[in-house]
Amino acid sequence: MQGLDQIFVQGKQWLIAFLPESVQPIASILLVIASIFGVFATLFAVTTILERKILGRIQNRLGPNRVGPFGFLQPAADGIKMLTKEDIVPRDADKVVHFLAPLALLVPVALALAVLPYGRNMVPVEFDAGLLFFFAVGASTELSVFMAGWSSRNKYSLIGAMRGIAQMISYEVPLVLSTISVVMIVGSLSLVKIVEAQSGFVFGFVPVWHVFTPWGLAGFALFMIAATAESNRAPFDLPEAESEIIAGYLTEYSGFKYALFFMGEYWGMFAISGLAVTLFLGGWNAPLPFLQFIPSYIWFFTKLLTLIFAFIWMRGTLPRLRLDQLMGFAWKFLLPLALVNIVVAAIWHFSKAWQLPGALGLRWILCALLIAIPFVGLGRGLSKVKAKRVYQYAE
Amino acid sequence: MLGTGIIKGMVETARNFVGSYHDSDRLTTVQYPEEKLPPKENGRNFPFLVFDGNEPMAGLRCVACQICEKECPPQCIYIIKDTVKKPDHTGKMQVQAKTFDIDISVCMSCQICVEVCPFEAIKMDQVFELSTTDRFDDLLLRKNELAKPNSYYQQLHPTDAAESDAKLAEDKRKAEAKATAATAAAKPVTTKPESSETKAKE
Repeated sequence: MQGLDQIFVQGKQWLIAFLPESVQPIASILLVIASIFGVFATLFAVTTILERKILGRIQNRLGPNRVGPFGFLQPAADGIKMLTKEDIVPRDADKVVHFLAPLALLVPVALALAVLPYGRNMVPVEFDAGLLFFFAVGASTELSVFMAGWSSRNKYSLIGAMRGIAQMISYEVPLVLSTISVVMIVGSLSLVKIVEAQSGFVFGFVPVWHVFTPWGLAGFALFMIAATAESNRAPFDLPEAESEIIAGYLTEYSGFKYALFFMGEYWGMFAISGLAVTLFLGGWNAPLPFLQFIPSYIWFFTKLLTLIFAFIWMRGTLPRLRLDQLMGFAWKFLLPLALVNIVVAAIWHFSKAWQLPGALGLRWILCALLIAIPFVGLGRGLSKVKAKRVYQYAE
Repeated sequence: MLGTGIIKGMVETARNFVGSYHDSDRLTTVQYPEEKLPPKENGRNFPFLVFDGNEPMAGLRCVACQICEKECPPQCIYIIKDTVKKPDHTGKMQVQAKTFDIDISVCMSCQICVEVCPFEAIKMDQVFELSTTDRFDDLLLRKNELAKPNSYYQQLHPTDAAESDAKLAEDKRKAEAKATAATAAAKPVTTKPESSETKAKE
């Protein structure tokens, strides 16, 4: 089983051994890049059809079922449609920026994908500060949103871009703060080390994933909420709200550029889900000891697809937020809770030294209470109706 | 508490998601080309011409009175009278249409032609798969394309067809009664000259 787990690593080494030694490093890198692009482009295609199918079923519809068996060739039809469409650039658009915006989204996202550990010994670029790198390149996707909105010379696009910037910057804060607790506990910014810290089992069957601790569970929830906002998914899809501002910053995009934007957003969702898997769900570790024979990369992608399903499920359930609700939620609820979570992680870390009988239970209760009480309190403050909305110009 | 509403909603959508797989009653989709809903009796879109018997052109009820042509709001009916007459259902000789065209790209499905027709000759159809590659010639329906048997009408709108059949039968009965009355009245007329002749002979 060791062979199957390492088949891609050994396959790569076997392949590049045919080449002269001087080109081996670059060949190795190119091979990795090609496989990342191949895997995630396929995953993008599969996700689009699955999303449409699942959303359909959630609304008691059938979903696309015409192209190929059960409609699973729909992405191919969509791709052909996108590629053959006319690429329209508005007359007054800033043409260079308009052209560069999709690339400015896709490149950072592809860079972010490069630091995730996909399996045992399967990390394309191993950084000591992989997490920092991820957030550094991830933050530059906001630039592309604003480039797209500004260069289109369209008010809807600009409104979408302004919303996008406001939302992404607001949610970047809880996103980063919720991961700090993981860094505090593991003591490393290296994603490989974070995954290694989560291998092993307590009582022989409970995996030591971070999500199975009070601070980890809270951190995971905070991370997923902020990640939904970061990747502009419903219910936080204000920047591209189709029913309000047509498609926000995507209004003036068509054809292949639109497809690139679409792919960039999905890749962003994969990257951030991959990070959630790495930080909280044990990365490529198996959930139960007797399941360890299944290769590590299969576990990684299973967890990734589970999170994607959760994203789709949320999209099928929740209506879009209003902008003031969105901002209030980030600053008044997620941010204080993320700060509390850091304190809880510190308490969890230092209470490890307790020598009392039943220390684990005590730590659990203490930390869970420290999170639950602020959660309830902040939630009450958030859902309290301050003033009745008066519609001056209606009626 | 915050979040309970979201969980409730998630449970509801999950129930829909799982339920739509094992309970096909939940799915409302009719997969059109393969499945079709049965037509509604009161449904209507474009007019057609009713004929009796087996010969479409001989059995057409239309007498080319041109009332429908005049009443049609978008003026999509075009009729030219023929010089040759043909008998109607009562056996009376009537004018027939040489040309009867309906441009269904103009028709607005108002049914006024049906309302004004005194001969039960024009009725509303329910065909809807009318897409063609030629929007001019193929959407201009000719007399032979418009002619459809009464049995088709009966099947399409059973209630209305029963009414119109009853009306036509009544017309026919009246016409026959009139004819018999006329023949009965005509007999004395034919006998009168005889009597007068006889009188004259006398």
